Amino acid sequence: MTALPAHPSDRKLGLVIDLDICVGCHACAVSCKEWNTGGHMAPLTDYEAWGDSPSGVWFNRIHSFEAGEGANGRTVHFPKSCLHCEQPACVTVCPTGASFKRAEDGIVLVNEDLCIGCKLCSWACPYGAREFDEDVGVMKKCTLCIDRIYNDKLEEVDRVPACVATCPVGARHFGDLGDPNSEVSKLVQERAGYDLMPELGYKPVNKYLPPRTGRTHTGCTGAPATPLQESPAESTGNRLLRWLDQALSR
Amino acid sequence: MHPALSVILFTSASGGGYAMLALLGLFGASGVLAPDPLSGWIAFLWSLGMVTFGLVSSTLHLSHPERAWRAVSQWRTSWLSREGVLALFTFLPAGLYAIGWLFLGEIWRWAGALLSLSAIATICATAMIYASLKPIRAWNSLWTLPGYLAMGLASGALWFTLWAELMPAPQKPAYDFAAIGLLAAAFIKLFYWRLLDAGAHAATAESATGLGHLGKVRLLAAPHTEENYLLKEMGFRIARKHARKLRRIALLAGFLLPLAAVLAALATPHVGDLVLLVLAVVLNAIGTIAERWLFFAEAKHTVMLYYGAERA
Repeated sequence: MTALPAHPSDRKLGLVIDLDICVGCHACAVSCKEWNTGGHMAPLTDYEAWGDSPSGVWFNRIHSFEAGEGANGRTVHFPKSCLHCEQPACVTVCPTGASFKRAEDGIVLVNEDLCIGCKLCSWACPYGAREFDEDVGVMKKCTLCIDRIYNDKLEEVDRVPACVATCPVGARHFGDLGDPNSEVSKLVQERAGYDLMPELGYKPVNKYLPPRTGRTHTGCTGAPATPLQESPAESTGNRLLRWLDQALSR
Repeated sequence: MHPALSVILFTSASGGGYAMLALLGLFGASGVLAPDPLSGWIAFLWSLGMVTFGLVSSTLHLSHPERAWRAVSQWRTSWLSREGVLALFTFLPAGLYAIGWLFLGEIWRWAGALLSLSAIATICATAMIYASLKPIRAWNSLWTLPGYLAMGLASGALWFTLWAELMPAPQKPAYDFAAIGLLAAAFIKLFYWRLLDAGAHAATAESATGLGHLGKVRLLAAPHTEENYLLKEMGFRIARKHARKLRRIALLAGFLLPLAAVLAALATPHVGDLVLLVLAVVLNAIGTIAERWLFFAEAKHTVMLYYGAERA
């Protein structure tokens, strides 16, 4: 059913992504691809994988942005995957019932056997979370690694999405954002985690933690972190150099 | 947005087809049509033919057409599903109306009224598929629904007028509907384009990333080097540089020249009416397809904010 669950549970599983820490290494995207091409929505088809113009289905993409100007500007690496919204229009527009939101944990999934490949769900998603598999002819998307997080064949420590398990710097967190006392909820609280495009009203479950305020002084030396100026010759103590500077400036 | 040929043909052909069915139903319901079998056969073959061609064309757009029947199941939430239900339902009053007209020599007014209503509802559902998509500001506007209705009426009424010209049917009101449809379509499209040119947008790169507090946000490195599904489907840019010319073609060929032809035919009854009408129908078809192409090509999707667009 593409109607949203009438009685959703309080559990809202999702990700918290720390933009202050992410170094843009793309390891989470690669790990996602590796796990999911054999997982619930397998395969993540590639086209022309060894050709001139390789492309393919990915559930997680890392964009890099610049924000602000000059010394106050920041480079921000920005991983983006399905946000498992509370108001997912991708689900309600689906004409066949292939797209659905699980009542028990809020995960948004696609039933590939019902999908007719009309692509309307991908139009309805403002975030570009869904990618079409041309070979299979169905829409595919992030499953929040549903085949890992509930998998009792895995060690408990591994029962997190592949992207979270692999992140080398700990920029990705997984948990229940419906529980105000969960680690992820506390993190969102402390660091003022926010929604992407809140004005569209999709109410994403995944949250982003903003980059911390940048420092303008290095910590240990106290030296100003301002760019070096071309040093003016008249300020030098060397007489010869000063004379040369004047002679050459004539 | 990528303009898929199947969707352009579907919305153009079936829009006109449903509007022609609506007029056939309306005229029948008001008791001004005679149950002449030949004219009936031509009218139903024409309008239902266009509608069916459009529906078949739209199922070809699917990757799994064999599962298309499932699309009528989610009418509670999905406008696409509602469109499917209404499109199929319309065949029922159309069939009953046709049986009375073609085989029993009677115009059943109630069937005509029902046909008219369900045909109009189908066009509305088609429009709402687009109008309900928040990530595409151009479509998520007040002009989308009236645009589809007026453009359907313009094409359908032109076909209906041509039919009325050839068959024993009242012509004056048919011309009136065509003129109203064409004029309304021209005005609505002008307002729609003004909305686009005014820079209406659903979101910005700043709100898409949440980094606006740091300053202006711009893309430094894209996540991938080659085009992916998102860029092909949502990042279509090929026709945008021809947008101005295509708008002129849509406005002139689609609406204004056919309107002039219709008014000329009205002003000089029985002199070259048929030639003018055929010309109007052909021009309108060209203009409608140009407009539908633009409807997709000019529409920007918010996902492009993650690929360097400033506003979408």
